[in-house]
Amino acid sequence: MAPLEGDAAGARIGVVTFPGTLDDRDAARAVRLAGATPVNLWHGDGSLQDVDAVVLPGGFSYGDYLRAGAISRFAPLMGKVTAAAEAPGSPLPVLGICNGFQVLTEAHLLPGSMVKNENLHFMCRDQKLTVENASTSWTNQFTAGEQIVIPLKNQDGQFIADEHTLDQLEGDGRVVFRYAESNPNGSRRSIAGISNAAGNVVGLMPHPEHAVEPGFGPDSSGADRRFGDTPLASGTDGLSLFTSVLNTLLVA
Amino acid sequence: MTEEFNLDTVEHASRTPDSELPWADLGLRENEFEDIQTILGRRPTAAELAMYSVMWSEHCSYKSSKVHLRQFGDKVSEAMKQHLLVGIGENAGVVDIGEGWSVTFKIESHNSPSMVEPFQGAATGVGGIVRDIISMGARPVAVMDALRFGGIDHPDSQRLVHGIVSGIGSYGNSLGLPNVGGEVVFDPAYQGNPLVNALAVGVMRHEDIRLANASGVGNKVVLFGARTGGDGIGGASVLASESFDSSKPSKRPAVQVGDPFAEKVLIECCLELFAASVVEGIQDLGAAGISCATSELASNGDGGMHVELTNVLLRDPTLTPGEILMSESQERMMAVVTPENAAAFEAIMDKWNVEYSWLGEVTDTERLVIEWDGEEIVNVDPKTVAHEGPVYDRPYHRPDWLDELQKSSFRASKQHQERPQSGPELAAAVLELMSSPNMCSKDWVTNQYDRYVQGNTALAMPDDAGVIRVDEESGLGIAVSTDANGRYSYLNPYDGARLALAEAYRNVATSGAKPMAVTDCLNFGSPEDPEIMWQFAESIRGLADACQELGVPVTGGNVSLYNQTSGVAIPPTPVVGVLGLFDDVGRRTPSGWRDDGQALYLLGTTADELDGSEWANLRGHLGGQPPAVDLSIEKQLGEILINASRDGMIDAAHDVSEGGLAATLSEMALRFGVGARVGIDELCERDGIDAFTALFSETQGRAVVSVARTEEVRFTDMCTARGFAHLRIGVVDNPPGSPRGAERLGRSPVVDQASASERAETQPEPALDVQGHFTLPLASLREAHEGTLPAYFG
Amino acid sequence: MPRIVVDVMPKPEILDPQGKAIAGALPRIGLNGFSEVRQGKRFELAVDGDITDEVLEQARTAATTLLSNPVIEDVTRVEVIDDGSA
Repeated sequence: MAPLEGDAAGARIGVVTFPGTLDDRDAARAVRLAGATPVNLWHGDGSLQDVDAVVLPGGFSYGDYLRAGAISRFAPLMGKVTAAAEAPGSPLPVLGICNGFQVLTEAHLLPGSMVKNENLHFMCRDQKLTVENASTSWTNQFTAGEQIVIPLKNQDGQFIADEHTLDQLEGDGRVVFRYAESNPNGSRRSIAGISNAAGNVVGLMPHPEHAVEPGFGPDSSGADRRFGDTPLASGTDGLSLFTSVLNTLLVA
Repeated sequence: MTEEFNLDTVEHASRTPDSELPWADLGLRENEFEDIQTILGRRPTAAELAMYSVMWSEHCSYKSSKVHLRQFGDKVSEAMKQHLLVGIGENAGVVDIGEGWSVTFKIESHNSPSMVEPFQGAATGVGGIVRDIISMGARPVAVMDALRFGGIDHPDSQRLVHGIVSGIGSYGNSLGLPNVGGEVVFDPAYQGNPLVNALAVGVMRHEDIRLANASGVGNKVVLFGARTGGDGIGGASVLASESFDSSKPSKRPAVQVGDPFAEKVLIECCLELFAASVVEGIQDLGAAGISCATSELASNGDGGMHVELTNVLLRDPTLTPGEILMSESQERMMAVVTPENAAAFEAIMDKWNVEYSWLGEVTDTERLVIEWDGEEIVNVDPKTVAHEGPVYDRPYHRPDWLDELQKSSFRASKQHQERPQSGPELAAAVLELMSSPNMCSKDWVTNQYDRYVQGNTALAMPDDAGVIRVDEESGLGIAVSTDANGRYSYLNPYDGARLALAEAYRNVATSGAKPMAVTDCLNFGSPEDPEIMWQFAESIRGLADACQELGVPVTGGNVSLYNQTSGVAIPPTPVVGVLGLFDDVGRRTPSGWRDDGQALYLLGTTADELDGSEWANLRGHLGGQPPAVDLSIEKQLGEILINASRDGMIDAAHDVSEGGLAATLSEMALRFGVGARVGIDELCERDGIDAFTALFSETQGRAVVSVARTEEVRFTDMCTARGFAHLRIGVVDNPPGSPRGAERLGRSPVVDQASASERAETQPEPALDVQGHFTLPLASLREAHEGTLPAYFG
Repeated sequence: MPRIVVDVMPKPEILDPQGKAIAGALPRIGLNGFSEVRQGKRFELAVDGDITDEVLEQARTAATTLLSNPVIEDVTRVEVIDDGSA
């Protein structure tokens, strides 16, 4: 998809770095390739620098030693992110990827939690997903039911929540991404990503920022052979999350 | 603090020349201890003895290997040095890759720590090599690991494989370094002595290169990162003699625990220091810790340094001065900073929450002086510690048993008589080969490593080389591959080392990159055994000769000796890493074919070379001579592969090595799940071999490429013009609409189950069809190939 | 149902990165009263029926052979608890 032009091209999207964050430069690259301007935000700062949206990237913040995301949620900047994400009127779009998703659950912006993968190993593979909800701030450039392939790489990727919460997520259409064909890590109901009720906060375990450039994403590894009857991945399926938020900002 | 020790000051040492010192327990020989006394003109203090003993160890001083390693420096032409910005001797070599970019890379062993505690041993191995890379001023961009285990079915392999793989994954993944290649080998010959060789690559702008030297009198010396604990000192007895109450020796850790989070913060913090130009010189702390860092920084710089050791931040306050000097605690760095930059340095440390302590300053005294609360406990010429250690030219001789071994060829064996010949036998043999521990898919291992992080990975395992983009604008990038074959080296260490280089070189060229430089990790048994010393000497001679012939210099590496248990040594295992250059990584060649109708060419000729092969190994035969090495052919083959990649003539390439053509074809087909029709009869006729030999011989200098119909004439013309053997052996079989349809599809809209299953019914299953011999459906080939490691390790 | 609790701690002389990271975080959320944190593991072994000396001995063996890595960890407690107090 071509980067959006016009007003959204001036959008400034913050990418937060915590100590131990790994995919911040990748997330910034994805923002840039989508046509917006990435703004580096430091966890210890007290200002969001007037960004239009925020990405909490993947990694092992504070080593994930206590629980993934448990220490980062107390960062000074997270207070600002939480407040802005829940602001009435025009809440700030926030995307949490992998460790960022884990931070969002620890910060209670999203329900549930992540525990170790069922096989107890770190797992890196190209993962097929079904887009369940194509109306959130971060998924409006997809169509519901569409299948995409982006990398999955984590140690604590098994999404869990109680039955009531799961039913509620399903009923409210807040399951945004679901693992397709096989559940890689034992996540409840094969959930790969969810949103808050307003749809401005989205968290997912797989990494869209690693599927934004042909040749440097899922099609470079050949791991697509695991998908049986799936054509070769385009390698750039993740870019639409970033163009989606630009579209959201344009419309808003 | 001082009253806790019997502080052995320099003054005290001069007054008490006859004090007994436990030099033997610290691993020093009598002649070495005498040398130290001569150098100092008195007996060493306990702290000095600690420093000399660790710095003069085999591990730090290369005392047994130095006389041979010199060949890497001697057998180098000016042309080979043309792109070398930093050569052997620094933490890692640096290669100019153009456009103002430079690359540093190095491989290092962490064998014995990984045997003791596999998870932490392997993890800290990654940590150590990455700090070598940072200390050159570079951002680490990739890692890979060459691993060798004992028999796959040995009970201890469970502990080692799980521990080592998760240790590497845990540390490397937490650092955000893509793991893009390496090796996993199983062989009972490594039982009790697993090999964990970790390679790291870093990139930097030319102006950012940093060296380990302490220049500028008055500049300050600072230690930063983790606190110093009693790691890696094993409770050596000199330390007990130092301690006040010998009835209560302080407990010292048996293994070191890595803290990847601390290292990740250290990486970012160092890169910020480099960007702000606030450090003059920098050195990582690895083996021999502060002893090594202070003596090397001082002797590489203005020659003198003054340090107050009580300033070192301790994790364990009971450490004695000698222990502090010897400690190998991880995740520490030492830097030299001008007084003007001290505040800027501290601000960066504070931002990243990294602890630091100012230890002292650079002097022009030519002496390394270390004080403990103002009392002098070390006063040495740092060069005598760091560089002028003992050198041994150990005796060596060719083993008597080698003649008989080399005479016992596979061709003359019972196993050769029983070789598979009919179609069904050959098909079964291919399945057996591809499911064997060494040839099976290593996905179970590599899927535990992050290959995507940093977003610059253009190729990773199972491709021939890991390919990383360096410059996002131009596509400038690098390829790296490691290789070794212990069986080849056991049969002939000289040729074995040349073969290791030849394969790593070929792998890099197969990906499309121009080989530029070499790093090596030389794993051997005890140098005190003359036969092993001969294997070692021969390996170095072979590698140095081959480097010269191929025009690629060794830029650094590591020697690991004493890999033996109960007198049984590992086979000689010189692991060779080759770095290659891409003008544009967009041109890289993957190892699997995809597009229907493309022609498959075998480059090179095939001889009857099964000695030391994977097939012979499967049949329990080890003897004869390894495949012949002709480096001029390797060079030509490399040029063809690189040109074909750059000019877009080939869409896939994979070298022929362990497992022969059978393995190459299988791996190429499985890479993207696309079949092919292959004919080998013409090949058998041309080269005078049978089908078995065509499929399983390990003749070097070969590769299979996939060529688009439109490029075929241009490609064959190029091979013909260069006089390089090439033979069309088949076509890619991937009809449109098959499960692996060649059409490039983007996001797939809502799946139409009906049409998908209909399509599956009408299309034949993809297969590797070796016409006239056998047809292997890829599904069964994949099941055989991918089932092995999960079956053993879950 | 009676259970045996096994506590495993990193050896005092061994670096504990987990504890270190937590110790660093506490002051940042305003909790300044702690000088060090060590993070260990607690296992609960459930037993059908009475806990005999033999079972307890098995638990001790499990603690030192499987539940802990004696190279880097110490078993600091092997104790029977009943559900009332758990």
